[in-house]
Amino acid sequence: MRTILSALALFGLWLLMSGIYKPLVVGLGAASAVFAVYMVRRMDRVDQDHLKIPLNPFHFIAYGIWLLWEVVKSNVTVTKLILAPHLNLRQHLFRVPNTQKSELAEVIFANSITLTPGTITVETEGDAFWVHAVSYDEGDHEALADMDRRVTSIETGAA
Amino acid sequence: MDIPALIIEILSWASIVTGSFLMVVSGIGMLRFPDFWSRTHAASVGDSGGMILLILGMCLQSGLTLITVKLIIMGIFLIITGPTATHAVANAALVTGWRPKTAEDLEPEQGVPYSDLPEPTVRGQ
Repeated sequence: MRTILSALALFGLWLLMSGIYKPLVVGLGAASAVFAVYMVRRMDRVDQDHLKIPLNPFHFIAYGIWLLWEVVKSNVTVTKLILAPHLNLRQHLFRVPNTQKSELAEVIFANSITLTPGTITVETEGDAFWVHAVSYDEGDHEALADMDRRVTSIETGAA
Repeated sequence: MDIPALIIEILSWASIVTGSFLMVVSGIGMLRFPDFWSRTHAASVGDSGGMILLILGMCLQSGLTLITVKLIIMGIFLIITGPTATHAVANAALVTGWRPKTAEDLEPEQGVPYSDLPEPTVRGQ
């Protein structure tokens, strides 16, 4: 069942990418989708490495929209910083604890920090990130803790 | 030109122009900012806001076509890979021993004992 679904998904993606609907070309696309799924199944027997996505899709989409808004806000902040007549940087490197259970959610949190201009995740260690900020102020800790809570809440299995 | 098409055209060009503006700002920032760490932040303006707005504008230009689907897929990949690449560069700088400057009024010890940071080492040897 999963095999058929993934073959169909691959073929659908191929149709979207191609845009040429001659019988020969579509046939080649279908054949390559089937071949790719066959290869993946063969490899699965070897490495047994299944990817799990422990995220709630609806919460994830809501988080994405919230994140886009954050990106807009911090873009404005950093643009002002760049175009200000006098450069007023307060660079700082600080620890941000993270509470996610799965690695995937940790990656989402770290990438969200980096995606918003003005903060970059520099290093990870166990249950915390080192974050570099270009115009640091004390409110950053609270803002990032808020983001941390939001990422944790999109995990399934989290209360 | 009818009204909906006009509105889409206006929105599309508004986001393309804003996106281009952010790209230019990002370039100015990369030249103006004093050191590696702050320049990384300037680059991320074009990487996030500029990229998203340009792709949004181009999506509105092409309407409901396959090109829009490809642009959206491109955007999703860039949103994932952009921060990852930025992190890779920043992390490489950190492990090779580049310490970020701190503003005069911020003690390095304020929240950051720099001694807790990983030692400058060349990994993978």
